[in-house]
Amino acid sequence: MLMRVSSEERIIENFREDKTIDNDVLLDVRDLETHFFGEESVTRALGGVSFQVKKGETLGVVGESGCGKSVTALSIMRLLPKMSAKTVGGEVCFHGRNLLDLPEREMRKIRGNKIAMIFQDPMTSLNPVYTVGRQIAEAVEIHSGASRSDALSKAAEMLRLVRIADPERRVNNYPYEMSGGMRQRVMIAMALACSPELLIADEPTTALDVTIQAQILRLIVDLKKRTGTAVMFITHDLGVVAETCQRVIVMYAGRIVEQATVTDLFSRPVHPYTKALMRSVPDRRRGKEHRLPEIPGIVPSLREPIVGCSFAQRCPFATEVCREKSPVLEEYGADHAVACWHAKEVVSA
Amino acid sequence: MAFYLLRRMVSAIAVMAMVGVFVFLLIRLAPGDPAVVLAGPSATEQMVANIREQLGLNDPLPIQFVHWMRDLLGGDFGTSIFSGRLVLDLLAQRLEPTLSLSLLTLALSVTVGVSFGILAAWRAGGLVDRLLLVFSAFGYSVPVFVIGYFLVYLLAIGTGWLPVQGYAPIGDGLSRWFVHLILPTVTLSVPYIAFVARIARASMLEVLTEDYMRTAAAKGASSYAMLFHHALKNAGVPILTVIGLSFAYLIGGVVLTETVYNIPGVGRLVVDAINNRDYPIIQSVLILTSGLYVLINLAVDLAYTLIDPRIRY
Repeated sequence: MLMRVSSEERIIENFREDKTIDNDVLLDVRDLETHFFGEESVTRALGGVSFQVKKGETLGVVGESGCGKSVTALSIMRLLPKMSAKTVGGEVCFHGRNLLDLPEREMRKIRGNKIAMIFQDPMTSLNPVYTVGRQIAEAVEIHSGASRSDALSKAAEMLRLVRIADPERRVNNYPYEMSGGMRQRVMIAMALACSPELLIADEPTTALDVTIQAQILRLIVDLKKRTGTAVMFITHDLGVVAETCQRVIVMYAGRIVEQATVTDLFSRPVHPYTKALMRSVPDRRRGKEHRLPEIPGIVPSLREPIVGCSFAQRCPFATEVCREKSPVLEEYGADHAVACWHAKEVVSA
Repeated sequence: MAFYLLRRMVSAIAVMAMVGVFVFLLIRLAPGDPAVVLAGPSATEQMVANIREQLGLNDPLPIQFVHWMRDLLGGDFGTSIFSGRLVLDLLAQRLEPTLSLSLLTLALSVTVGVSFGILAAWRAGGLVDRLLLVFSAFGYSVPVFVIGYFLVYLLAIGTGWLPVQGYAPIGDGLSRWFVHLILPTVTLSVPYIAFVARIARASMLEVLTEDYMRTAAAKGASSYAMLFHHALKNAGVPILTVIGLSFAYLIGGVVLTETVYNIPGVGRLVVDAINNRDYPIIQSVLILTSGLYVLINLAVDLAYTLIDPRIRY
């Protein structure tokens, strides 16, 4: 028992050591633009996304499917499919360096080491022909140069950290011998093995059963607290955001429409899209007969450049200016920014 | 596992028994009579009949078959009708060239084919990929003897770099042996390289889009580790399957190649035996080949478990 505590504490310590730079901002994304190239068309998946991740915070990124949440994450990691997608503009500053300009060799030293990522589907995200221990150990070997056996014992420690029982035995398991929840724990162990400064979690609970979802969420929140790693939490579930995050970014059609602290966003959403999104969350208090409101219209095609506000077609507040000029993200109170020409009217409405 | 092996043995015996019946009937239904060939052009009817009687060719087919099987199970592969020598001795003499050619071809096809396929998949649509497309169209469609004579003309007759024909036993020195085998091996390998590379490319392409490849990249794995560590092992099962199949088909290609390069191997032995209707040789070679085929298949199936932990017997 004593051993167990000490090894866990050692892992936690590793996270703390690196946090020496006084600057508050860990990751600074500016005007990120990513396009997908099809046979005949170009899909503008990200149309200039800017945001910051502060040290040790949990930043939620919400929005419906296809709004560019995952593309943002993959653009930061430079893991977009090479043949079809390309980040055509913007910067991703991390420790004073623009990740988009780094040679591939340098970028590899960041992936899994300084910035780690976990994915949506734990069933397919682990390599089926290697043991989970080896897959965790690989990250350690790559970035610390540790020997195979040292890396494997580190892998067992990591499995213990993510609360997998009997980790010494479990390192020798293959992914097919584990449940979905356990595999996601393995993914988390792998991502945290090199004590990253930023963990990008791309819908880590979406593919899991509801009860397992709660366990995994609790695990991430707990590990985050103990390690101090900043987390970028991508989800389409506002409930998850409320439970886990400090700040939130709301994305729509490849742009950020609103950015606020969680309490602020839930107590006084400003952007018409955010408001509509809040209304479409089921609420038990409203009874069974209550029909959930939906947002009229459809998400605009990203194949053509969007002129004006991307939400204008579906927005009850839209006017001439919305259809002509794209609104920029502007401060709206402390720690709250919104991209809307009619923010004031929307709030008072 | 033990039960699985037992089941495979039983089915192997059944397969070989069927091959035995088929081979036996096929040879005897084919036109031509070994007695006529043996007796020579000036022989009388009576001489031919005597020879037939001596060889037991006048017995009813089922009796002949039972005799053959009885000998075979006792480990007796019979004697050649023509040379009068034991079939097993003749085979042993011819085995070295054939085995040398087959194994070198297998080694070349697998290494070049798999690497070619991996590189083509890695940069799908790129230069290597296009080259592979051209090469495999060429490799499939041009017959072995055309490639063979072309290479001989180019690299042996034209330049004198390599021997034109023939075989040098391994006992006469490794380099002599190797030099004589370069052209035959390359000739025979062309279609197999094309085959293996196409399959390797296809299964790698499928694997490269899997989620776990992205996970590996997110870990900071190098391109080399991604391709040869994460992807290749997952693409391994189909690749191994075609390698097993190729090796089995190789037996056919060997016959042609040995003829083109005048190599005294099993292939040539069989061709001569067929021309002479030398029943014991043909039967023995075919039954042994089918046995080899069954064994290779079994080995491949067992090798799957080494590649993919999810496969268990």
